[in-house]
Amino acid sequence: MKPEELLYTTTHEWIHVATDPSGAKIGTVGISSFALEALTDLVFIELPQVGQRVQAGRRFGEIESVKAVSDLYSPVDGEIVAVNSAVAKDLEHLADDPYEKGWLIKVRITDESGLTKLMDYAAYQRQCEQEMKDA
Amino acid sequence: MTPALLWTPLYEWHVAHGARMVDFAGWAMPLQYRSITEEHLATRRSCGIVDISHMGRLRFEGPGAEEFLAALLTRRIGEIKLGQIRYSLVTNEQGGILDDVLTGYYHNEMGQPFYLVVVNASNREKIVQWTHRHLPPERAGVRGKEVLWTDVTRLWAMFAIQGPNAVEVLQPLVDVDLDTMKYYNGALVRILHPAARRQGGIISRTGYTGEDGFELSVGAGIATGVWEAILEQGKPFGIVPTGLGARDTLRLEAGMPLYGHELGEDVDPFQAGLGYACYLTGVDFPGREALVRLQNEPVRWKRVGLELSGRRIARERSPVLAGDERVGWVTSGTFSPSLQRSIAMAYVRPDRAEPGTELSVDIRGRREPACVVKLPFYRRRSKGTTP
Repeated sequence: MKPEELLYTTTHEWIHVATDPSGAKIGTVGISSFALEALTDLVFIELPQVGQRVQAGRRFGEIESVKAVSDLYSPVDGEIVAVNSAVAKDLEHLADDPYEKGWLIKVRITDESGLTKLMDYAAYQRQCEQEMKDA
Repeated sequence: MTPALLWTPLYEWHVAHGARMVDFAGWAMPLQYRSITEEHLATRRSCGIVDISHMGRLRFEGPGAEEFLAALLTRRIGEIKLGQIRYSLVTNEQGGILDDVLTGYYHNEMGQPFYLVVVNASNREKIVQWTHRHLPPERAGVRGKEVLWTDVTRLWAMFAIQGPNAVEVLQPLVDVDLDTMKYYNGALVRILHPAARRQGGIISRTGYTGEDGFELSVGAGIATGVWEAILEQGKPFGIVPTGLGARDTLRLEAGMPLYGHELGEDVDPFQAGLGYACYLTGVDFPGREALVRLQNEPVRWKRVGLELSGRRIARERSPVLAGDERVGWVTSGTFSPSLQRSIAMAYVRPDRAEPGTELSVDIRGRREPACVVKLPFYRRRSKGTTP
C-alpha cells in the first residue's frame, strides 16, 4: 500500500479502504512509519480478536517500546474480520514494512461517514512536520 | 514557560548527528541516536561512548578538604589512597539517601592533592546547597584547615567509554597504561591527540554499564575534538555513540541503582542493599546515628530483581503482588536487550524477596507473572575466561 493513498488519524494509525466481493467496505489498519520511527525499539504489541467490535477513536490494542507504551486507536466503527498475528511474533515486520507486512487489523466498516473525519496524506504530513517542530 | 535547558559542550555534535534530545535533570541530552537496543548491544559486544557531561562534579582541595568530606560522606575518606575512587552516599540526618557519589583522590600537576566528587545531575544543586550548609565561609576559612571547593561541572566535559574493547580504543590516546589500571582507580593523563591542544584530563576505570570501561573528563573547550578522536580511534572496533536510553538499560541489566528510582530521601541504604557503602565507626557524617539505629532494625523493604514471563515492561510504580496482596512496587523496568526478556528492579517485603519467589506485577490493570532473581541480571565474562 502506498502511504500517499491512505487515510490517517491524528494518533498515527492509517487505514486503507477496499470493497470486498459482497460489496462490504473493508478497512485495513496499521501504524504510520512516522510513529514507528518515533517509538523505536518495539518490544510488544497487543491486538484484539477477530469478531470484536471497534469504534472510531476508541482503543483496540497497545504497542510498547523500550521507551513507552501507546494505545492503538481505531480509525472507524466496525467489526474485526482479520488480525495480523504474524506481526506480534515478529515486530521487525512492523518496523521494516508498516504499510504491507505490518498491517494490524482488517475491519468491516459499519459507518462509512467516519472516514470523512480522517486526514489525507498531505494533511497528515503537515501534522507530522508540526510534531517534529514541537518536539 | 519551561526554563532553558543546560547544554553540554557536545550539544551541537549530538544534534548534528541526529540525536533525539530530551530534558534530563534540566540538561538537553541525547536519549538515542538510532536505536536504544543497537546502542546497548554495541557496548556489550565492543564499545560505546556516552556524553555524561551532565554529571555534577565538585572539586575539593586545601588542607581541610579530607576532614570536611569525611564529615559529609558515608565512607572513611582518609582511607582513599592516591588514584583510588570510592562509592559512597550522602545521607540526611534521618539516614535517607540524598545522593550516591563517587569520590576520587588525585594530585594535580603541581603535586597538590584534591578530591573530585561526582554527583548525580539531578542532585547537583541539592548537594551544592548541602555543602554550603555544612561548610559556611567561616568554617572553610579556618586557618590551617582551609577548604577550597568549586563546582567544575560546566567547565569539564565527561565521557563514558564502555565495553570489552574500551582499553584498545582509548590506549593510543592517553599516556598511562590502561591495561594495568585497576577497577575504581584513576589518574591525570595527557591526551595524545592534536585535538586536545596539549591539555590533559582525568581518566578512571569506572562505569555504569556492567562492562569494563572508563570515564574521561576533559576541558569543555576540547571536548568535541577529543570525542571525535575517540570515535575515530574506535572505528575499527565498531564504536557507537550511545544515548542515555541505552545507558539506562545497561545499568539496569547490571543491577545498578539509579537515584530517583531505586534511591531517594525516603530510602535508607540498607533497604537499597548499599549498607556496604556506609561506614558506621570511625566516621561522623549527618545520618550516622540514624543508620546505626536502622542497622539493628529489620528492613521493611528489600531491593530485588524481577524477571517477567511476558514481554510487557513493568514500568516504575507498578504494584508487585503476591497472590492478591500488594507486597511491593517496581522502581525501574525495561526489556533487556541482552537477555531478550522483560526485567525490573523492585522493592518488596523481605519475606517475598528470596530468589525464586513467584510474584506478579500489575501492569496497567493486568497481572503479569514475575519471579524474584538475583542481581545483577547480566554479568560480563571476566577477561581470561574462555566463553
